[in-house]
Amino acid sequence: MSRLQKCFEQLAQNNKKALISYITAGDPHPSSTLEIMHALTEAGTDIIELGIPFSDPMADGPVIQLACERALKHDTSVKDIIEIVKQFREANSTTPVVLMGYQNPIEIYGVEKFASTVSGLIDGVITVDLPPEESRQVGSLYKQNDIDTIYLLAPTTKDQRIQMITGLASGFLYYVSFKGITGASQIDVKSVEAKVDQIRKHTKTPIAVGFGIKDATTARMVAGCANAVVVGSAIVSIIAEYGEDVPVATSKVKSLLREIRDALDNSESIQNIA
Amino acid sequence: MSANVEENKISTNTVPDEDGHFGIYGGRFVAETLMTPLEELEVAYTKSKNDPTFQKEFDDDLAYYVGRPSPLYFAARLTKEWCGAQIYLKREDLNHTGAHKINNTIGQALLAKRMGKTRIIAETGAGQHGVASATIAARLGLECVVYMGAEDIQRQAPNVYRMRLLGATVVPVTSGSRTLKDALNEALRDWVTNVDNTFYIIGTVAGPHPYPLLVRDFQTVIGREAREQSLNQTGKLPDALVACVGGGSNAIGLFYPFLLDANVKKYGVEAGGDGIETGRHSAPLNAGSPGVLHGNRTYLMEDNNGQIIETHSISAGLDYPGVGPEHSWLKDEGSVEYVAVTDDEALAAFHQLTRIEGIIPALESSHAVAYAKKLAKTMGKEQSIIVNLSGRGDKDINTVARIEGIEL
Repeated sequence: MSRLQKCFEQLAQNNKKALISYITAGDPHPSSTLEIMHALTEAGTDIIELGIPFSDPMADGPVIQLACERALKHDTSVKDIIEIVKQFREANSTTPVVLMGYQNPIEIYGVEKFASTVSGLIDGVITVDLPPEESRQVGSLYKQNDIDTIYLLAPTTKDQRIQMITGLASGFLYYVSFKGITGASQIDVKSVEAKVDQIRKHTKTPIAVGFGIKDATTARMVAGCANAVVVGSAIVSIIAEYGEDVPVATSKVKSLLREIRDALDNSESIQNIA
Repeated sequence: MSANVEENKISTNTVPDEDGHFGIYGGRFVAETLMTPLEELEVAYTKSKNDPTFQKEFDDDLAYYVGRPSPLYFAARLTKEWCGAQIYLKREDLNHTGAHKINNTIGQALLAKRMGKTRIIAETGAGQHGVASATIAARLGLECVVYMGAEDIQRQAPNVYRMRLLGATVVPVTSGSRTLKDALNEALRDWVTNVDNTFYIIGTVAGPHPYPLLVRDFQTVIGREAREQSLNQTGKLPDALVACVGGGSNAIGLFYPFLLDANVKKYGVEAGGDGIETGRHSAPLNAGSPGVLHGNRTYLMEDNNGQIIETHSISAGLDYPGVGPEHSWLKDEGSVEYVAVTDDEALAAFHQLTRIEGIIPALESSHAVAYAKKLAKTMGKEQSIIVNLSGRGDKDINTVARIEGIEL
């Protein structure tokens, strides 16, 4: 059983929601990423989403754009990120790690080489600019290497397309909560609930909701309908402010995540979900 | 229009395939939120393409608003000066707004109107596409927001003011390298946020499918006219075509109707900047490698880690690390030769055309003129070259003056 599957099954048994925490690898420095990853899990993160920095992150807001710029100042590469995850795995063999980013850095590294190298280390890949139509070859390479291709769904995704995408899904599905870029704050819980219900009609794959979840309140609201919530820009903002002092940054990130964890675990609304 | 021209128009229509791929290039590499809007755009475009009312509206605007056909001008003194092939200039600089960009913005804005969109956005480098978008937005009563790199806003101040006069909002982009590629990122971010009421007018034959296809279709009027004009004025087809390539819309517009004419050599001229060997240039087809950026797979200027690298060109309109996917395909397939000329060569051509023919070319188009000079010398006097004079150079006089240490 894959780490992701095991993680979601255990959470479901305990009637808990998954907390997915995003950081950009190499932000502010490649040497701080490992420590931050461990801090994420210590504060109750179930799944780590590790961003691959890209020079042109067209789906990201200013917070993650700047994180990419900081990471790229040190030329953080796919190769560096694989090394970081290898080190992480020495101490942690259970927490799923999912890479998130854009296709070009992976393509230049070599998709085949990438898939075989990260097999066993990394559990899933979310490629923002690789819709199913463009991911046939990549997706089958990942599958052969036991890596889940995590597909995105959006408010604009219509029923027929939802059916097509859910048919390809493995690991989990990532629902983008609003039309926009990461870090914007315009989440409308009612419309998220309606769309997640619509998606759930087509699939048993766990659904994570991301974009716009920045604190305990927004996390609790969204957790009502989802299996997982993704927190990204809120964490990255802390790293932007305190990242040069890693212990301070990790302690601030941990207190944010503990609040969110607490909200997820002690929310009445959660009891209502199937 | 001669029968010859009509035949040509139909039979070259083999790429892109239905998913927007030109061989391994092109495609639709975007965030999921944009997939449905792109499909809707494709459906709306296909419907409009086959609708005579739409075609008539487009053709009428090109005739009465833009002033088409643009002349094919025989540059007699330049031909004499260069002692080689006869030089003909396709005068896109005489279009309303001063460049070929207006052909495309009219097509897309008419499409936006048909789709019920009330707001258009555009990215711009040199400002020509921004001006062309602001112009058509003013005429159709649409809200218009133009994203422009902060660096380019400096370089192209007259065009910024022109856009503002036309009622557009010009948003400076301060992320990344603060040039055209970053303006494109920012426009995509706007589109993904405001997709319900907004139409994104991409200015070149790049971006996700169907943009490379529809921009090509709106720009091929250049080549169709040039082909017919050449036949009428010289009794034959030209021996060579020369056009500058940034994203590559003026080049595709000129080349496409000649693609089946193997005897007509085609040269796409990239911006060589300080020289290809220096690494400071904007010539992905000459010195880049295939990758994925801005919704399509194409040749890019990138480093070993797949990060897009900063480009350089004297001309803001060519200062872009990618290129339209069809050009990548034409390069690999060998039907167009892609070359580069340096900033200095382009600047020399800018002056020469201005002094000898009384035509001030855009710095972008000056790259094509500079290469035509080299090419003409290798050809016979009975042969002819059509150079796409894609835009006029008024917008560039500040840049040129600054380089030459002249205070205006």
